[in-house]
Amino acid sequence: MSLLAHAPALQVVLPLVSAPLAVLLRHRNAAFAVVTAGAWAAFAAAIALWLQVGESGVISYHIGNWAPPWGIEYRVDRLTSFVLLLVSGMASIVLPYSRASIEREIPRELHYLYYAMFGLCLTGLLGMTITGDAFNIFVFLEISSLSTYVLIGLGRDRRALSASYRYLIMGSIGATFIVLGIGFLYLMTGTLNLADMAVRIRDIESSRPVLAALAFLTVGISLKVALFPLHQWLPNAYTYAPSAVTAFLAATATKVSVYVLIRFYFSVFGESLVFAKLPLPEIMLLLSLLGMFAANFIAIFQDNLKRLFAYSSVGQIGYITLGLSFDSFNGLAASIVHLFNHGIAKGAIFLLIGGIVAAGAKAGTGPLPLSFDRLAGLSRRMPLTCFGIVIAGLSLIGVPGTAGFVSKWYLILAAMDKGQWWLVAAILASSLLAVAYVWRFVEAAYFRPAADEVRREAPLSMLLPAWLLVLGSIWFGLDTSVTLGSALDAAQHLIGSKP
Amino acid sequence: MTAADFILVALALPLLGGLGIVLAGKQPNLREGVTLTTAALLFYCVLQLLDPVLAGQHPAVTLLEPLPGLPVAFSVEPLGMIFALIASGLWIVNSVYSIGYMRGNGEANQTRFYLCFALAISAALAIAFAANLLTLFLFYEVLTLITYPLVTHAGSDKAKNGGRVYLAILMGTSVLFLLPAVIFTWHAAGTTEFRAGGILPADLAPATVCLLLALFMFGIGKAALMPFHRWLPAAMVAPTPVSALLHAVAVVKAGVFSVLKVIIYVFGLEALAGATGWLVAIAGFTIVAASIVALSADNLKRRLAYSTVSQLSYVVLAAALLAPLSVIGAALHIAAHAFGKITLFFAAGSIYTAAHKTEVSQLDGIGRRMPWTMVAFGVGALSMIGLPPAAGFVSKWYLVSGAFAAQHWLALAVVLASTLLNAGYFLPIVYRAFFRPLSADAEAHPHGEAPWPIVVALSLTAAGTVALFFFPDVPLALARQLVVAP
Repeated sequence: MSLLAHAPALQVVLPLVSAPLAVLLRHRNAAFAVVTAGAWAAFAAAIALWLQVGESGVISYHIGNWAPPWGIEYRVDRLTSFVLLLVSGMASIVLPYSRASIEREIPRELHYLYYAMFGLCLTGLLGMTITGDAFNIFVFLEISSLSTYVLIGLGRDRRALSASYRYLIMGSIGATFIVLGIGFLYLMTGTLNLADMAVRIRDIESSRPVLAALAFLTVGISLKVALFPLHQWLPNAYTYAPSAVTAFLAATATKVSVYVLIRFYFSVFGESLVFAKLPLPEIMLLLSLLGMFAANFIAIFQDNLKRLFAYSSVGQIGYITLGLSFDSFNGLAASIVHLFNHGIAKGAIFLLIGGIVAAGAKAGTGPLPLSFDRLAGLSRRMPLTCFGIVIAGLSLIGVPGTAGFVSKWYLILAAMDKGQWWLVAAILASSLLAVAYVWRFVEAAYFRPAADEVRREAPLSMLLPAWLLVLGSIWFGLDTSVTLGSALDAAQHLIGSKP
Repeated sequence: MTAADFILVALALPLLGGLGIVLAGKQPNLREGVTLTTAALLFYCVLQLLDPVLAGQHPAVTLLEPLPGLPVAFSVEPLGMIFALIASGLWIVNSVYSIGYMRGNGEANQTRFYLCFALAISAALAIAFAANLLTLFLFYEVLTLITYPLVTHAGSDKAKNGGRVYLAILMGTSVLFLLPAVIFTWHAAGTTEFRAGGILPADLAPATVCLLLALFMFGIGKAALMPFHRWLPAAMVAPTPVSALLHAVAVVKAGVFSVLKVIIYVFGLEALAGATGWLVAIAGFTIVAASIVALSADNLKRRLAYSTVSQLSYVVLAAALLAPLSVIGAALHIAAHAFGKITLFFAAGSIYTAAHKTEVSQLDGIGRRMPWTMVAFGVGALSMIGLPPAAGFVSKWYLVSGAFAAQHWLALAVVLASTLLNAGYFLPIVYRAFFRPLSADAEAHPHGEAPWPIVVALSLTAAGTVALFFFPDVPLALARQLVVAP
C-alpha cells in the first residue's frame, strides 16, 4: 500500500536511477536489463496511477513532504495518467526491440550509452508530464532534450550529426523561450506551482508580462511540438536517428510537448484568456491547416520511407493542434485521443521500418535500404512487415475500424459543432493526402517487381513489439473504453462540462 | 441456436473459412473443398434467418461499442435479408465457377484469391445486416479494401492502374461525402440506427435535406451514380469470377442496397417528398448515358460493366421515385439484376476460358460451339432488357407501375429508352453467336465448351433467372414488408 502511495515519485525515479546504473555497469546486456526493468516498472506505476485516478480523482503528491506551493508537487489527473501510460508503454515496447535493432545501427561499445540516454529521455518525458511545477517542467524538458540530441546523433548516417545539431539549436531556442515565459510568470505571480499560479493569474491576466509569457511559452512549446512552420528540425532528426529512437520520439516526444501546451493553456492561463481574448485560436487553426496540407503533401513526394513518415508526423500533429484550436469539448477530446492513436500507429510504422533496415543490413545491401527503388517488391521478402505498415497506415488515414478513425470522428464532430463546414471538408481532404502516401508504399512493395524474392523477415524480437502496436491500432479502433474514455474524461476535467 | 446467433455465425463463417483456406493453401483440392463447404454452410445459416424475418421479426445483436452511443450492431430486416440471400447463395455457384475458371486459366496466387473472396463475402453480409450507419460505413470501407487485392490480382501495370482508379474513387467518395453525411446524421439525429420512417429530425431545412441526400448518394460510390462510375469499368481487369460475384453482385449491390437503406431508414420516404427530383434526373441520365457507352464498347466485359452502371441506376431511380410500388421494384431489381448479370459475366469468362476471346466482334458463330454458354447468355440478356420469362421483367414491372403511380413521365421515358438501348447492345451479341458464320480465324482454332464447373455454374444462374420470374414469392414478400408500416 505504501508503495502504491509513492507511485507518482516512483514513476520518475525508477527510470532516472536506471540511467546512471547503466553507465556504471558499462556492459550492454546489463545496461539493457536495468533500463528495460526501469521502463517496465514505470509502466506498472503508470497503470497503477491510471487506475487510482479513475477511483479517487486527482492525485497530489508532495515531494519530500514539502507542501505546495513551497515544495514541488506532482499532480496526476486523467490527462496526466493517460499521457504517462502512452510514454511509459511505448518505452516498454521500444526497449526490447532496441536490442536487435541497435546491434546493426550503433557501434557495440556505445550500446550502454544508448540505454543510459534512453533512460534519461524517458525520465525527462515522464517528469514533464507528471510535475505540477513550472520550473520542474523546464528541468525535465532539458533532461529529455539533451538526451534526445545524443540519441539522434548516435545514428549511423553522418547526417545524423547535423540533424542532431540542428535540433539542438532549435530545441535550445525553444527551451529558452519556455524558460523566459516561466520567468515572467514567476515574476508576476511569485509562485512556480501551476495550480497556485492559475489562481493568482486571474487578477492580472491582461497585464503585459502575462501576455508576453503566454507568447513565449506558445512559441517555445510549439517548436518542441513541431507545429508547422516550426517543424524544420523534425524530418532530418527522424530520418537519420537510429530506428528505435525515431519510433520512440515520434510516439512520445512531440506528444508530451502537446500535453505541456494543453496544461499551460487550460490549467494555468485558462480558456477565457487564451481562446476568447486573444486571436490565438485563429492563428493555431491556420497553422494546423497549413501543416496538415503542406506536410502531408510534401510527404507524398519523399523518396526515403522514413522521411515520408516524418513529414506525415508533422501533418498529423496538425490534427492534434487543430482539435485544440476549437476550444470545445469534442475538439479537445479529439486532440487527446489522437495523441495516443497517432503515437501507436506511427510508433508501429517506424519500428517496422527499423526491421527493413535491419534485414537490409544483414543482407549487406548498404546503410539505408529505404529509398523507393530498394523497396520494390518488398512484400515478397518481408510480408509481415509490409502488411503491418499497411495496417498502421490505414490508421493514419483514419479508415473505420482503426484507431485513427476514432480521432477523425471527433475532430469532424467538433468542426460541425462550430458549424464550420469548410473545415470538415478540409479535414477530409487532407486525409486523402494520407491515402496517397500510404498507397505509394503499397504500390512499391506489392506491385513493383522484386530484385530477389528470398524471404528475409526482421528478427522476431523486432517484429513482435512492432506488431503489438499494429494490433493496438486496430484494438483501440474497436474498443475505445481506455483511450476515448480517458480523453473524454480529461476533456471534461479541463473544459469544465460537456457542451 | 437463436436467430441472433445465426447472424454472428453467418458473419464468422467466411472468416473461419478464410483461415481454413490459408491452412489448406498447399493442397488445392482441399482448399476449394473448404471454400465450397463454407459457402454451403453460410447459405444454410442465412436461410435460418428467413423464417423469422418473413414472420416480421428483426433479429438483432450488438457486437461492441467503439464510440459511446455508436455500437457496431446487426439487425436483419427484409431488404438486408434479400441482399444476404443473394450474396451467400450466389457465392456457392460462383465458387464452383471459380474453380473451373482459375484452374482453366492457370491463375497465380489462388490461395490469396479465395481468401480475399471469403473475407469480401463476410464484409458484404455485415453490410446486409448492419443495424446502423456506423456499422454500414465500417464494413463498406472494409469491402473496398478487401476487394482491392482481387481487382489487382494480375499484378500487371494495367491491374495496378485499375486498382488506383478503383481505390481513388471508392475511397475518395466515401471519405469526402459519405463520412461527413454519417457524422452529420449523428450530429443532427443523435443516433445512426436504421429505423422505419427515418431518424432525421423533422425540422431540418429542405436545403439541408437535399444537401445531405446528395452527400449520401454520391458518397456511396459503389452505387456508381455518374460521374463517379469510372471505378466499375476499371475493376474489370480483375479475374472474371471477381467481376461476376463482386462487381455484379456483392460490391455494387452493397452500393444500391446502402442507397435504399439510407432513403428508407434514415430519411424515410415521406420526409423526402419533393427533395428527390434531381436524383431522378441524375439516375435517369446515368441509365441512358451508360447504355450509350455500352452500345459502343467492343470489349465484352466493358460492355457488361457499363450495363451494370446503367442497371444500378434503375435501383436508385426506383428508390428516388419514393412510390411504394417503385421501392418494391428497387428491392426486387437487386435480386433480378444479380442473377442476370452474374450469368452474363459467367458467360464472358466461359468464352475467355474456352476460346480466349474478349471482344464482341470476335464472337461470330460461337453459339454453335458453346451452346450452353450462349443460351445462358441469352437468358441473362432477356433479364437485362426486362422481357419475360426472365427476372428482370418482374422488377421492371413494379418500377414502371411505381412511375405510373407517381405520374413521373420522365422516369417512364427513361425506362422505355433504356429497354430499347439494352436490346440494342445485347441482342446483336446473341444474333452474332447463333446466326453468323464462324470467321476463318476461328475455324482454324477449334474449341468446345468451357470446363464443366463453369458450364454447371452458368446454367444454374440462368435457371435461377428464369425461376425468379415464375416464383418471385420470397423476394416479393420481403420487398412488400419494406413499404408496409410495421
